[in-house]
Parts: sequence; C-alpha cells; structure tokens
Amino acid sequence: MNDILLNLINLETVFQTRNGVAKAVNGVSFHIRKGEIVGVVGESGSGKSVTALSILRLVPAPGRVISGKILFHEEDLLQLPMAKMRQIRGDRISMIFQEPMTSLNPALIIEDQLIEALVTHRKISRSEARNRAIEMLRLVEISTPEKRIKDYPHHLSGGMRQRVMIAEALLLNPDLLLADEPTTALDVTIQAQILDVMYKLTQEMGTAVMLITHNLGLVAESAKRVEVMYAGKVVEEGPVADIFGNPSHPYTKGLLKSIPVPGQINGEGDQKLYEMKGIIPSLFKLPTGCTFHPRCPEMKSICNQEHPPLCTVSPGHQVLCWHHS
Amino acid sequence: MRGLMSVTEPLLKVENLKKYFPSRKGLFARTPSPVRAVDGIDFEIYPGETFSLVGESGCGKSTTGRLILRLIEPTEGQIWFQGNDITALGRKAMRPFRKSMQIIFQDPYSSLDPRMTIKDIIGEGLKRYDNLKPQQRRDMILEMMSKVGLRSEHYNHYPHEFSGGQRQRIGIARAIILNPKLVVADEPLSALDVSIQAQVINLMQKLKHELHLSYLLITHDLSVVEHISNRIAVMYLGKIVELASRDQLFSQPSHPYTKALFSAIPIPKVGQRKQRIILKGDVPSPINPPSGCRFHPRCHYTQKICAELPPALKEIEMGHWAACHFPPHE
Repeated sequence: MNDILLNLINLETVFQTRNGVAKAVNGVSFHIRKGEIVGVVGESGSGKSVTALSILRLVPAPGRVISGKILFHEEDLLQLPMAKMRQIRGDRISMIFQEPMTSLNPALIIEDQLIEALVTHRKISRSEARNRAIEMLRLVEISTPEKRIKDYPHHLSGGMRQRVMIAEALLLNPDLLLADEPTTALDVTIQAQILDVMYKLTQEMGTAVMLITHNLGLVAESAKRVEVMYAGKVVEEGPVADIFGNPSHPYTKGLLKSIPVPGQINGEGDQKLYEMKGIIPSLFKLPTGCTFHPRCPEMKSICNQEHPPLCTVSPGHQVLCWHHS
Repeated sequence: MRGLMSVTEPLLKVENLKKYFPSRKGLFARTPSPVRAVDGIDFEIYPGETFSLVGESGCGKSTTGRLILRLIEPTEGQIWFQGNDITALGRKAMRPFRKSMQIIFQDPYSSLDPRMTIKDIIGEGLKRYDNLKPQQRRDMILEMMSKVGLRSEHYNHYPHEFSGGQRQRIGIARAIILNPKLVVADEPLSALDVSIQAQVINLMQKLKHELHLSYLLITHDLSVVEHISNRIAVMYLGKIVELASRDQLFSQPSHPYTKALFSAIPIPKVGQRKQRIILKGDVPSPINPPSGCRFHPRCHYTQKICAELPPALKEIEMGHWAACHFPPHE
C-alpha cells in the first residue's frame, strides 16, 4: 500500500449547465504507483482530461467534483485548504497540456515563466533560479538554452514549446506528472523526440506519469498499466500486456480492431476495417445500465437494465462488463 | 490493376508544380524571399486509384491539393486533367472541370455553413451545375444521403444537430453528388474520434468502388495511408522525396526521411516497438530551405555531396522513386 502515490476513489465530476447535468467523470477509481507510467485512454468526452483537472482541483466552472476521494500520499486533496493545494500544484503534481501555445504566456519570455514556479515554491534567488531553469532546458535538449531563455514563446517551434512545457513541469521534481495529450499537436517525428525526452527525464527523477491520450499506440509502447475510459467511467484496467493481448471489454476490443495497424496489410485490394456502430453518447443523457450497451455487439438483456459489475479477469486486470460476471 | 496503369491515361498529371507565397520579413526588408511551399513536384493519378500525399506540417501537401483544384494559382508548372491543360484556364473554361474535381475538408465543424440545412448543403452543387426539377433534385439529394449513411429524416436538419462523424458524411455527400472523377480529401479523418474514423474510412472505400472515384488523400496519418492507398508520395519541405506503390513503400522504404517517419508511428501492440530513428532538430523553414538535399541537416547518412547537390527523384526499381544520393537499402 505504501508505494501508492495517487488513489482515486469513486470520483464524480459534473458540469451543471442550462441544458442539464453533464456527468463528465462518473465514479472513477484507479491508482498510480510511485514512478509508474499509467496510460489513460479514451475518446473525446470520455472524461480523461476532466479527471486530470479534478486531481489538481482546477475543473473550470460550472464543473465541480461532487463526490469521491483523491488520495495523494494518503492525503485527500479534496479536503485541503486552497493555500495548501496551491503548494501542491506545480510542485508535487504538475501538468502538461496538449497545445503548448495556449498554455505558455505569450507576453512573458521563457525565463520569466520558468523561474516563477521556482521562486514561488523554493524561496531561492532569481539568479539561482535562472541557472536551474537553464540547466532544465539543457536536459530537455534545447540547444543554446542561455540564449533561448530570453525568447518569447512565439519565437519557438511547436516541438520546442512542448520541450519548454516539459522543462517547466519537471523543474521542481514533482512526484506526479499529468500529461494530457502532450504530443497530439505535434508531427510524428517531433512526437518521437518529445516522448523520448519526457520518459528519459521522468525515469531519472522517479516521477510517475499519467499519460492521457487517444492514441493507443503511445500507450502500448510506454505505459505499464492502462485505464480505458468510456463516457466518464473506467471500463477496463490492467497491465499493458493484458489490455492489448487480452482485451476483455467489448469497447476495448472494438477500439483495437478499428485502428489500422501498420504492417498488417498483405497483398492487393482493400480490407474492410472493423466498424464500431453508433456514436459516443451525450453526457447529458447517458444510456441506462451499461453506458456502452447501445453500441455493444455482445449486448445481453441485462445490459440496458443495470450497471455492470467490476469483474476480475486476471490479477490486476479488471473489466466493467456483464459478460465477465 | 498496376499493370493496367502504365497503359491507361492518367486522370491527373502534375508537372514541375511550384507555389511560392510572398513573405514579409519585417517592414524594411527589400527583397523578401518567398515561402517555397511547393517546390517543383511531378506525379500522376490514375483512374480508380487512391494516391496519398504524406508528410508533416509545412511540407506542402495541402497546398498541392489546393493547386490541383485551382483554388490557388501555381507559381510555375502544369496541371493536366483528363489530358487537358487546366493550369491557366479562366473561370468559365474551368467550370466543366470543377464538377469533376471535388474536395472533402479536414474540419467537419467549420466546413459546413451553420445556417444552411443539410439538403441545401448537399444540393448546392446541383443548383450551380445541373438544371434539375425540384423533385429530381430532392431525389438525388436523398439518394446521396442514403449512400453516405444519413437517414432521410435529416433532410431539413442543420449541421449543429450532427456529430463529427455524421458531419463528415455530409461533407462527403456534398463532394460526390456531382459525380466527380477526382476527390481531394485533405485530412478527412484527423478531427474524428478513433471509433468514428473506421466508419468514415470504410465509407470512403465503398464509394470509391461504387462511383469509380480516384482519391488524392492528403494526410499525416501513416496507418490510414497504408490501409487505403494504392500509391504514396512522401513530401518534405515542398519536394517529393519518395514515391512508390503501397507495398513497395511499406516493405522497402528507401529514403532516410521515409524510414524515420515510419519508425515514428506508435504501434498499438505490446512488445512490437521497432528501433526508433529519432531525427535531429526541427523541420527547417521553407523560406530558406537547406542547400542541396533539404533533409541533409537532419539525416543520419549525410555526406559532403548532400549539402551541395539536390538529389533528383530517381527510379530505383519499377515504379519506386526516391530522391537520395545514398539510398540506404536494407
């Protein structure tokens, strides 16, 4: 139990709007161990980003966490006073966002953005902070960091900005890094560079990573365990080899079958891709019973009546489905 | 099919196509050097084939698509469509060709007018090009809707009532209603969720066979490219660096950039990770591209000649072209 860094217990985050209540995160429980890379995969609206924002208590209004626990170092973040929470953000838990241009301040040079966190959290002098920042930029493989630190974000390419974001996120040596689609806005060859740097540094520093992505390939390559989310719930979780080798939820199975995999095509002619029917349900009006039942090829009569139970497939591999009960 | 290609006339032929955009570098720059978005490319698309242009952002793939549709004017070069030189045709002379060349856009949200109903969006082309009675037009629109998998009760609905995947179906119906020969699909899948992408890929494949379409697919997604292309051209900084059939390109990639690109695709299988080629640095600016081979500053095999002489696109085996001084074969 001691090596568990983060433990989400039955987290529920809702958005109260004029059109009703959207259940963005609908009872999510999972944990991340110290230094572990956990992949959280899902499509738009699955609740993966809102889960990350809930952990930092940064859910934008009108959203709010209505129940559950977020245990970080066995302390419930939801119960902390705001001042204490601010100390944790950026220091113990940091976050990288998808679009680096919108998360860097366009009016500040890189130096000012980087040392802000250091000066706030560490009570060190500006010049010392600057040296630490330059060192960090060197670690994320930015060439001539002492010059680059005087640049504004618009001087940098997309890949460079994301490197700066990683430097900023890891500057205080956090215990947990929430990486929300960190490479989605980047080209594939740049994506490879960025992930390479991110994993190298977090491994060296012993930082756990929660990698939020829609790209199953990224998760297969790097994560140790995987949480598959659908419509605000974790529908399957397990070690990466089990999720990809023995997917057990019909949604996970469908997702894996519907992606074209390079190197799988032989010979001439077109091959039809597996098609998951239907669309992602509206969070305002979730289907009854199992939220996946309208799209499920294996639906039974009970599936649209009652919530499915969490069943164990193998040690550590669990699935939210009536077929395994 | 591939044997046939050499005898059939190409549907579209592009020769030495160039597009330079003027760039302004500050207020007092006297001779601003242009952005060389597309810098001399040649290729052909044959009837019934899916030809893909792949590359990273800024390589000129979308500009090429726009040039072919004459949405922007080329700086240099020729575009032939069904044997006719359409490069310099005026508005009127271009009209009959426009019907045969349509486009599907990337973003299904911004490419549909929110104030038009589905029937108006899909039927707009019919109004311009065909003199149909209202009843005939209605029938054709409904037929297209059923072809792309939209229900007839959606006839009078507005775009905001649809999901991303359905909107892309509307965009596809709008593109194919005039019975085009060539459809330019510019990143048609990248705004869609994974489980919806497969639906749209299968729809595009079905329509290709039913309507004998050719596609020019512009994308950065190599997995999709392998799934649906017949031939593929890889672009880098405005140039084609490699052009080959799907099987040739994926089994024997020749250009170092193609290899790096392929090795960077994350594969959704555990334990399948290949040796990844990590490229040095960023893509250089197309305003001032590197001398010689444009890829040489990032290439692992660079030699002296690479910085001096731009490599020509050479045929290294039947139908497989690569622009490299030292194509490293496995």
